[in-house]
Amino acid sequence: MSMLDTTLESPVHEHHGPAKGLGRWLFTTNHKDIGSLYLWFSLLMFFIGGCMALMIRAELFQPGLQLVEPGFFNQMTTMHGLIMVFGAVMPAFVGLANWMVPMMIGAPDMALPRMNNWSFWILPFAFAMMISTLFMDGGAPNFGWTFYAPLSTTYAPPSVTYFIFAIHMMGISSIMGAINIIATILNLRAPGMTMMKLPLFCWTWLITAFLLIAVMPVLAGVVTMMLMDIHFGTSFFNAAGGGDPVLFQHVFWFFGHPEVYIMILPAFGIISHIIPTFARKRLFGYASMVYATASIAILSFLVWAHHMFTVGIPLAGELFFMFATMLIAVPTGVKVFNWVATMFRGSMTFETPMLFALAFVVLFTIGGFSGLMLAIAPVDFQYHDTYFVVAHFHYVLVPGAVFAIMAGAYYWLPKWTGHMLDERMGRLHFWLSFIGVNITFFPMHFIGLAGMPRRIPDYALQFADFNMVASIGAFIFGLSQLIFLWNVIACVRGGEKAEARSWEGAEGLEWEVPSPAPYHTFATPPKLPEALR
Amino acid sequence: MVRTIITTIGSGLGLTLFSASAHAEWTVNLTPGVTDVSRSVFDLHMTIFWICVAIALVVFGVMFWSIFHHRKSRGAQAHNFHENTLVEVIWTVIPLLILVAMAVPATATLVKMYDPSEAELDVQITGYQWKWRYDYLDHDLNFFSNLSTPREQISNEADKQEHYLLEVDRHLVLPVDTKVRFLLTSNDVIHSWWVPALAVKKDAIPGFINEAWTIIDEPGIYRGQCAELCGQDHGFMPVVIEAVSQDDFEQWLADAQAEKQSAAAAAERTWTLDELMQQGEQVYLRACAACHQPTGTGIPGAFPALKGSPVATGEVAAHIDIVLNGKSGTAMQAFRDQLSATELAAVITYERNAWGNSLGEAVSPAQIARLLEPATGEAEQ
Repeated sequence: MSMLDTTLESPVHEHHGPAKGLGRWLFTTNHKDIGSLYLWFSLLMFFIGGCMALMIRAELFQPGLQLVEPGFFNQMTTMHGLIMVFGAVMPAFVGLANWMVPMMIGAPDMALPRMNNWSFWILPFAFAMMISTLFMDGGAPNFGWTFYAPLSTTYAPPSVTYFIFAIHMMGISSIMGAINIIATILNLRAPGMTMMKLPLFCWTWLITAFLLIAVMPVLAGVVTMMLMDIHFGTSFFNAAGGGDPVLFQHVFWFFGHPEVYIMILPAFGIISHIIPTFARKRLFGYASMVYATASIAILSFLVWAHHMFTVGIPLAGELFFMFATMLIAVPTGVKVFNWVATMFRGSMTFETPMLFALAFVVLFTIGGFSGLMLAIAPVDFQYHDTYFVVAHFHYVLVPGAVFAIMAGAYYWLPKWTGHMLDERMGRLHFWLSFIGVNITFFPMHFIGLAGMPRRIPDYALQFADFNMVASIGAFIFGLSQLIFLWNVIACVRGGEKAEARSWEGAEGLEWEVPSPAPYHTFATPPKLPEALR
Repeated sequence: MVRTIITTIGSGLGLTLFSASAHAEWTVNLTPGVTDVSRSVFDLHMTIFWICVAIALVVFGVMFWSIFHHRKSRGAQAHNFHENTLVEVIWTVIPLLILVAMAVPATATLVKMYDPSEAELDVQITGYQWKWRYDYLDHDLNFFSNLSTPREQISNEADKQEHYLLEVDRHLVLPVDTKVRFLLTSNDVIHSWWVPALAVKKDAIPGFINEAWTIIDEPGIYRGQCAELCGQDHGFMPVVIEAVSQDDFEQWLADAQAEKQSAAAAAERTWTLDELMQQGEQVYLRACAACHQPTGTGIPGAFPALKGSPVATGEVAAHIDIVLNGKSGTAMQAFRDQLSATELAAVITYERNAWGNSLGEAVSPAQIARLLEPATGEAEQ
C-alpha cells in the first residue's frame, strides 16, 4: 500500500502535462502514453502481417505458382503468424490494459511505470530484428509459426538465431507487462473495490497475466533448447543424438495452448463491457463469468497434446486430452449464454462497438464449434493440419480477438480522444469487415474437409474455386482495414465532442473522468459510483 | 440446415463468378472413405456437426430474437435481472451431458483405430524431403514415390491435368480386404502421411517409428498429401495408393521383382555420354532440381549452386561421395538407396556436363554399382 500513500501525498504534481517532442514518447512512464504506443505499434504490425497474408492469398488465388517461390511462401506464412500473434494481438491487449486498467480501478498509473516503459520499448527492436531476417541470406524463418524441430534446427536457415533472440525479447516484454498488470490490479484498486467488484476486463487480464508468467518462460526454454541444438552441439530434438523431435512439440504446446487463451481472455473482458453498455442492462452472471474465465485458464494447461493427436500418442493419452479439451466447451458456453442473457430483455442500440461485439459473439462461437469438432481425436485425424484448422483458428482470432480489439478501440476512443466517432464510417468499416472475414474464412472449412493441407503454396484443382473466393474475401477484409485507420485518425483530429460518459449505458470509473481523459487521472482515490458499490 | 443454406449461397456465388471453370467440383465435406474406420469417422463427424448446428440454432435464435424484439428503437425497456443460479446451473449441466453423449461414440471409434491385432502385410513408409519411400518388408522390395506432375504445369506453361499435384511416378500398391500395417518414420524432418479415403494420418518422425493400419474395401486409386510442413516442397509430395484385388497384388509383386532384376542388369552394359546426359536430366529434374534448381544455380543462402561449383567441376570421387552419402548437418540427402546405379551415374554425369560445367567425362553405371555393393546389406538404417 506504500505506493498508494505516496501518490496521495503529492497532489501538487497533478497538473503537469506531457513532455514536449520525441522525448515524451521515449521516456514516458505515463500509462496513457504507453498504452497509445502499444496500440499504434500493434496497428502497424497488423498492417505488416496483413500485407503478408494478402501475399499468401494472392499466390493461392489460382492453382500453379504465379507470384512467389515455395520457399518465400513458407517465409510469408511463418512471419504472418508470428507478427500477428506476438506483434498485433498481444501488444494490442497490453495497450488496452495500459489505458484502461488504471482508469477502471481508480489508480493513478500502473504500479511499475518505469518497467512499463521498458516493456514497450523492447518490442520495436525485437520486431525490427525479426523482420530484418527477410533480407538475410537464406531468407527469413520458413518453418511455420509453430517452428517444429528438426525443420527449425538442423534444417533451418541461418536467420533462425535472430528469430530465437527476437522471441526472447518478446517474452521478456510480455512477462514484464504481465507483472505490471498483476501488481496494479492487486495493489492499486480504489477503496471499496473488492475483487468481486473488479471490472471484468481487469479480471480477464489478471488471469491472462498469470498465464503469461506461467508460459512465456516455457517458450523461452524451448527456443533456448533450439539454440543449444543449433550452436552448442546438444541433441534435445535430434534423434540421432538421443533426443526426441516430439519433445519439442510437447514443450511448445505447453506454451502454445495457454497462449491461445492469452489471446482470447482479454477479448472476453472487452465484450463483457460493451454488451451491457449497449443493452443498457447489467452483465448477466458476473460471478460465473469470473469462475468460467479461471476454469478456462486452468484447463488450458491440461490440453496441449490435442495439437498433437497424430504424433503417435498411446490410446490413454489421446482419450485424456480429448476429454479435457471437450470440457473447455462448458465454461466457454457459460460465457456465451451469459452474453445472450445480458441482451435478453435489454434495451439495445447498435453503435459500431456493439456491432463488432455482436459479430464477435456469433463468429467466435462458430470458431468454438469447429474447435469442439477438432477436439474429437478420431475425427481430428482427418482435420489435423488441413484448412479446416486454418478456418477454425482464424475464426477465433480474427472475428474473435481482432474484432474484440476493434470493438474495444471504438468503445474507448471517445475517452481517449474526446471525440465521438463518425458512426457512418464506423458502420461501413464493420460491414465490409464482417462480409470480408466470412468470405475469406468460411470457405476454408470446405477446402479443409475436402482435403487441402495447410501451408502449401499450390494445390490440386478441386480446391481452386473456394480458394479464389477466399482470396477475394481476404482483399475485401484487408483493404477495409484502411477505413479503421482513417476512423482512428479522424477521431484523434476532431469530431463531435464526447461526454465524460460517452455512451448512454456505460458504467464504471473510466466514465467518471472527463473525455479526453486528463494526462493524470485519480491522483487521489475516487469514491466508487453507485452502480459499483 | 445452416450448412445447406451456406452451401447454396456458396455455390450460387461460385456459379456466377466461375461458370467458366472446368473443374468446378464444389466439394464441401469429408469423404466417407473406403474402410470401416473411415466410415465410422465420417459418421462421427456428421453427428458432432449436427449437434453443433442444433446448439447454434438455439443460441443464435435467442440472440437474434432479443436483438429484434428488445431494441431501444422499438421502445424496449431494460429489465433489471442479472443472475439466476438455477438457469446458470442448467446451462452448465446440459452442455456437460451433450459432451458425454459425444464422448461415447468418439471413444468407441478411437478404440477401434487402436486395434493391435496382427497385420497380414507390413509396409514401412519413410518420409524424405520431398518424396515417400515404401518398403514391403516381407518381400524385399522398396521404391521411392515422387511427384510426377510436370514442372511446366506448376509454372503455368502447360495446361493442368485432372490429377495435378496428386500424381506420382510409382503408386503404393496394396491388396484389398487385407489388414495392412504401416510403419512410419522419416529420414530428415517430420512429415505426415495422409490418405483421406483411409482416414489415416500419422506423423513420420525421424528416429521413431509410428504405427497405423487399414483394411481397404474397394479397389481403386486413393490420393492424399503430406500434411506436416516439411520445408520448401511440402506441397509437392503426394501419396497415391492403388488398391487391387489380392490376385492382382501377387502378380504386381512378381512383376516388380522382375523389373528390379532388369534394372540391375542395365547397370552392367556400357552407356554413352549422350544416353547418360539424357537420363541424367530426367533424374536431376525429379530428385535434385527442387533445391539446386533446374538451372543449377541453387538458392543463395539455402541451397548451393552446382553450376561452376567446386564439387561438380572438381574431383569426381568427391562428387560421387556427396551424392551417394549426402552431407550431414545439411539438407543434402544420401542418394545411394534412393536411386539405382544407372540413375546415380547418369545424374552425376549430367551435373558435370550441364549448364557450362563441360568436363566431357562420363561416370559409368558399372563404376557406381561397384561402389554400392559393400553397402547393400546395411542399406536400412
